[in-house]
Amino acid sequence: MPEPLKFTYDINGENFASAGEASMQIKKELRSLGFDPQTIRRVSIAMYEGEINMVIHAGGGVAEVLVSPDNIEIILTDHGPGIPDIDLAMQEGYSTAPDAIRSIGFGAGMGLPNMKKYTDEMVIESKVQEGTKVFMRVDVK
Amino acid sequence: MTVSELANAAGLQVVSMPSPDAPVECGYAGDLLSWVMGNAQQGCAWMTIMTNRNIVAVAELIDMACIIVTEGSDIPDDVAALAKDKGINVLATELPTYEMCAKVSGLI
Repeated sequence: MPEPLKFTYDINGENFASAGEASMQIKKELRSLGFDPQTIRRVSIAMYEGEINMVIHAGGGVAEVLVSPDNIEIILTDHGPGIPDIDLAMQEGYSTAPDAIRSIGFGAGMGLPNMKKYTDEMVIESKVQEGTKVFMRVDVK
Repeated sequence: MTVSELANAAGLQVVSMPSPDAPVECGYAGDLLSWVMGNAQQGCAWMTIMTNRNIVAVAELIDMACIIVTEGSDIPDDVAALAKDKGINVLATELPTYEMCAKVSGLI
């Protein structure tokens, strides 16, 4: 079993306009590695939503992507405020995003549900005041 | 129908058209970006009133044919420039979203 290819990105929490850069980079990498469009779409949407979350809520963080022939793992780590009630956060329509974020079309409470929808496994570990780690895996069908 | 044919047939203003020959396969309308990301199909023409930079990312992620900004919504210059840079087609119209959807539906 060869070692997975690893990509690491710093997600800048200061600049909402640049949110999504890492997802676009990963999309390009996966395309050049020859993954199928559906897999690429699932990985990049899940990661984009995660990036947006880290920028809105946590002041940025780190995204690690491990690419193997059979699956792609995404690990998002931040040191933001944490999620007090993960089940509640997972509900479609539940959002704590501020009005400024809603006015640009986010904050509809669809981010985490989308991440779950597009991945085969998603695990959230979070501690209030310490931060959040999101693990996602997309299997290549 | 290609994006450039759609732009001509529907009388749309061209904001950015780096890929005029991209085929328009379907349509989608919506302004909540995560909702659009979760539901829009590849190759669609996306009708929206949103004009911030994130619409370019959404179109790029979904591999949309084009964005059609409706209702005369103002498109900032930096968003138009970003779309050109990222290879995203952006068209614009004064028509309300509903009427634009009806028009696109009749054309594609």
